[in-house]
Amino acid sequence: MKKFLPLIILAILCILPLIGLSSYVMHIFILVLMWSVIGMGWNILGGYTGQVSFGHAAFFGMGAYTSGLLYQHLGISAWWGLPVCVVILTVLSLIIGYICLRLRGAYFALATLALGEVCRVAAENLVGFTQGNMGIMLRERTWVDKTWYFYVILIIAAGAFFLIKQVMESKLGYYFVAIREDQDAAESLGINTTFYKTISLCLSGVLTGIAGAFYMNYMGYIDPSMVFALSEVSIATVMVVMVGGAATYWGPLVGAVIMVFLAEVIRSLPHIGAAHQTIFGIILIFIIMFLPNGIVGDYRKLLKPFKSRKGASS
Amino acid sequence: MAQLELFLQTLISGFLLGGLYALIALGMALIMGVMRVINLAHGDFMMIAMYIAYWLFTFFGIDPYVSVLIAGPALFLFGLAIQKYLLTPVMKVESILPHNQVILTVGLAMVFSNLATVLFTGNYRSTPVSYASSAWYLTDYWKNSPIELSLSMPWTISFIISVMITIGLWIFLTKTDTGKSIRATAQDLDAALLMGVNVNWVRMVTFGIGLVLVAVAGCLFLPIYYLYPALGKQFTNIGFVIAVIGGMGSTNGAVIGGLILGIFESMTATYIGMGWAPAGRFSIFVAALVFLPGGVASILKKRRLGA
Repeated sequence: MKKFLPLIILAILCILPLIGLSSYVMHIFILVLMWSVIGMGWNILGGYTGQVSFGHAAFFGMGAYTSGLLYQHLGISAWWGLPVCVVILTVLSLIIGYICLRLRGAYFALATLALGEVCRVAAENLVGFTQGNMGIMLRERTWVDKTWYFYVILIIAAGAFFLIKQVMESKLGYYFVAIREDQDAAESLGINTTFYKTISLCLSGVLTGIAGAFYMNYMGYIDPSMVFALSEVSIATVMVVMVGGAATYWGPLVGAVIMVFLAEVIRSLPHIGAAHQTIFGIILIFIIMFLPNGIVGDYRKLLKPFKSRKGASS
Repeated sequence: MAQLELFLQTLISGFLLGGLYALIALGMALIMGVMRVINLAHGDFMMIAMYIAYWLFTFFGIDPYVSVLIAGPALFLFGLAIQKYLLTPVMKVESILPHNQVILTVGLAMVFSNLATVLFTGNYRSTPVSYASSAWYLTDYWKNSPIELSLSMPWTISFIISVMITIGLWIFLTKTDTGKSIRATAQDLDAALLMGVNVNWVRMVTFGIGLVLVAVAGCLFLPIYYLYPALGKQFTNIGFVIAVIGGMGSTNGAVIGGLILGIFESMTATYIGMGWAPAGRFSIFVAALVFLPGGVASILKKRRLGA
């Protein structure tokens, strides 16, 4: 049963659009899948390899801008952004890895935080190339119906999920975890830590970038403060994974479901809507204090009160 | 001559700005040194202090420079409480990710900046102090000066106060017992524990002092800057950029790093363009990470000037 769980969920998601959901519900599902892809990307680097990044907006935005700029300057379909951004983000990740991955722990977190901001400032100021704060708009979107977008992101998400599963069950995955647990020990066992951290960063960056390219195609409009946002993208990514559970296969998906639904619910409440950041902040603090490994990682802890009650009644 | 005048003027305003930046970074460096935590809510604490000073000015007409004496202690107590009830418990929580405390400060930052938006609206505010636009001119004192330089009055006062606070902190860290235990904890946690330093208490005091420093910086910034709820992020960035330039956790480095960044930013704003100032800030940050990972502190150490 457990072995087939991913396939069962995939099958359910496949037939989901066929039951005639409203366009709004489809939008929510698309966002959930997109965020789970970003979360999976972050999870490779932050969860499995233990290099916490506060700058995944850089990868997300770079993916989105790759897509948008291809359309803007070359006049080709923005969907070309998906394959092209793989190349661009690999190169970008190599550069970033060269600079940042020699740094450890807190230094690395700071460097990535700075990186996200550098990208935003650059996108805002290179007006001739990126149109600055005006952003990039697709004059027409490929499909009016959301169903096809759903299938595209579903394929991406499923691909990402199985890719990560493959990677983590291979030698590479064990190297990543070894680096997270003790970098010095890993190094002394002959693991080239900088090299494997760079691979992890590349995988992470590419997945996040693909999600960004999809976002450009789906939303049809981006501007620097949307896709390079610190709190709305970088921190939200960290939250998705933290809530779901770092270093778990299902964590990003569970986190994305919770965060997207929660965001929609909170925003729709009349008076509390403006304070949604506060509520997310409190949730983040709560998760760190009581469920540090997220819902998937700590689900036994969550079940405990129910179990003990059962035990008491019998 | 006009070129030289512009250059000198930029240099001076950069220097004044750097003095204030140093104050922000000092608090961050102290916290980083003792607790190995990057306080990503640092700027938001500054925002809180600025709002305290702002409301004191609006309702009671208290000058922002005087409200240093109110906002400082208030944030000190606040810092003690946060360290005691949030940061210390999180240290004991077992988790996969190592940077839980840092992520916790991110959560705090989100809560503070959003609550401020909800409570005080997102409007830009400033304190209309009477001396806001007064200035000193070089020609007032030196009639035949070949170049004309001006010094804004509130900038100068802010700078002088920040220098005084920095000296006060230095005396505190080198002469008092608490100060010495703070430095001992920063140098070697285990050794300090063995020497009978109450590390938990030191952590609380350090966090408190870090917030006092940033609160003072906030009050000093208020007459020369404007205030809005999202301002924290920018100053957090400035704080950690300086802390890295100066060398993580080094207080001397933070002062020098502050001055470097102040001057650098002022230069980028004058010669390249206002919008690029943040990019300049981060490029100097990346350069420091790549070429001088130990920060200014490592140079000081090499020259045996202490760090």
